Amino acid sequence: MTPDLSVSIGSLTLPNPLIAASGCFGYGVEYEQVVDLSSLGGVVSKGLFMKERQGHPPPRIVETPAGMINAIGLQGIGVHRFVNEKLPLLRKAGARTFVNVCGTTLDEYVEVSKVLSQAEGVSAIELNISCPNIKEGGIQFGCSLTGTHDVVKAVKKATHLPVIPKLTPNVTDVASFARAAEDAGADAISLVNTFLAMAIDVETRRPKISNVLGGLSGPAIRPIAVRMVWECYQLVKIPIIGMGGITDARDAIEFMLAGATAVQIGTQNFVDPFVWPKVIAGLEEYMTRHNVAKLSDLIGAFDPTPPKPVHA
Amino acid sequence: MPPVDIDATVIANARLSRDYSVLSLAAPEVGRRTQPGQFVMVKPAGVTDPLLRRPFSVFEVLRNNAGDVTGVSILNKKAGRSTKKLYELEVGDVVSCLGPLGVPFTAVKAPMEAWMVAGGVGLAPFATLAETLSASRTPTTLFYGARSADELFYLEFFEKLGIKLVLTTEDGGRGVKGRVTVPLEAALKAVGPTSLGNAAAMVYACGPEPMLEAVAKLAARYNQPSQVSVERVMGCGLGGCYSCVVPVKHGDEHANLVRSCISGPVFDGAELVWE
Repeated sequence: MTPDLSVSIGSLTLPNPLIAASGCFGYGVEYEQVVDLSSLGGVVSKGLFMKERQGHPPPRIVETPAGMINAIGLQGIGVHRFVNEKLPLLRKAGARTFVNVCGTTLDEYVEVSKVLSQAEGVSAIELNISCPNIKEGGIQFGCSLTGTHDVVKAVKKATHLPVIPKLTPNVTDVASFARAAEDAGADAISLVNTFLAMAIDVETRRPKISNVLGGLSGPAIRPIAVRMVWECYQLVKIPIIGMGGITDARDAIEFMLAGATAVQIGTQNFVDPFVWPKVIAGLEEYMTRHNVAKLSDLIGAFDPTPPKPVHA
Repeated sequence: MPPVDIDATVIANARLSRDYSVLSLAAPEVGRRTQPGQFVMVKPAGVTDPLLRRPFSVFEVLRNNAGDVTGVSILNKKAGRSTKKLYELEVGDVVSCLGPLGVPFTAVKAPMEAWMVAGGVGLAPFATLAETLSASRTPTTLFYGARSADELFYLEFFEKLGIKLVLTTEDGGRGVKGRVTVPLEAALKAVGPTSLGNAAAMVYACGPEPMLEAVAKLAARYNQPSQVSVERVMGCGLGGCYSCVVPVKHGDEHANLVRSCISGPVFDGAELVWE
């Protein structure tokens, strides 16, 4: 029997829950040479504004213990060039394309979303209200409950596509933002974006990246991200797309048990661009070993009974 | 051709000095595909420290006595935690090796000459380029600058290929005292300004960024074309992360930040914009 890895996010059905995270996979087409894009549950594009952006000056990343800090600054080609140059290639590759939408104003989110609604081959909109790296990059929406509500509501009104706000972990209570998004009509939520972070070169006493502050990702953040998914799962009914330091099937399953319907893999693409078939094989192996017929049965199947006090 | 990812066994790790080593990896598939100037992304396998791979020009394509490709080597210089770990690897250790990646050098042919300008660890891409140029009997000179005489490596390798060597050291221990750009400029002056379509030499450069800037500007001043291999902090090597950008300008356009992993690491020196 073939294990059923499919999951549903609103009206979307994905063949498996594995989605490439925004900002970690270019526009998807860059990875076509190393992975069959149609074998992924979905691909999230780099964040897009209406217009092209140059981003921050390099150095833009620095490695930290089990992670990295980035401040790319949303360098991007703008939504029109994406629709004309990248989307046809993604369609041809059979990718289910989620587009990460940015805005400096509420109107820009709406306008970018309208352009995407008229394009062929967009599966969903992921609203970037959580980029920690640019002042006018939507974090002002993502860090305010009313801002989150307003931008979701406005974009929902402007598009027929599923709308998935991506939440920042840089707030006191992420679940309340999940609730605000759900109340405004979000079809799902994705979390977490990166954790605001900083690294100093002690020899020169200067910052390690040009923007000084950046976003921390990678295995270092995974336990915090799992906790946040679990908190949101207890408060909202809409599907959760969980992410934060996922490197293999075990990590993906951990997020699903905490309540994620699907998961995104980001930084691990840099570590191992051939990660995707390995995770799929790992999910199937887990399902066989645990006699799980449908992977979606694992969503929220976390058992909070305390573990036994023995060494593993 | 798409890159491959190989868990490559360390065949040798020859310490050339306290900072430099040549790390030889059993990665025949990578070696067979590599063109001069391309790079690999490397890290010790199966660890989260370091988490990310680091980019290295392929130094040598390794062959056995029968001439079959057995792997690649990289020229490693200790600069931080990751390169220190690579320096300390022993035979039998395993390294994740992704490649080959990036845009290679374009080799020129006689009557045009090839001038390779290397600064320190920037020697790395020139061993394979020298082999290609030597095979096509292109008159080739290596301008090679290092901090001191004991950091000038692989001189015999280049001599055997018939490459003319022009050496410089910062302390004057061997060759000309000072920067590698000093003899380069003298050579450019001797050729005199030519028209670009009728250039005398292709200037290839790899090394510290200030050296690359100086070389590219010198070549341009004397109307000789240049190909420059840049090194930037890189995350993925595949165009996914946008970390390794450099400003590039085509014609009269404004400069764009371009990913050096997929649009480089080799660029036309005249198109790079120096900050």
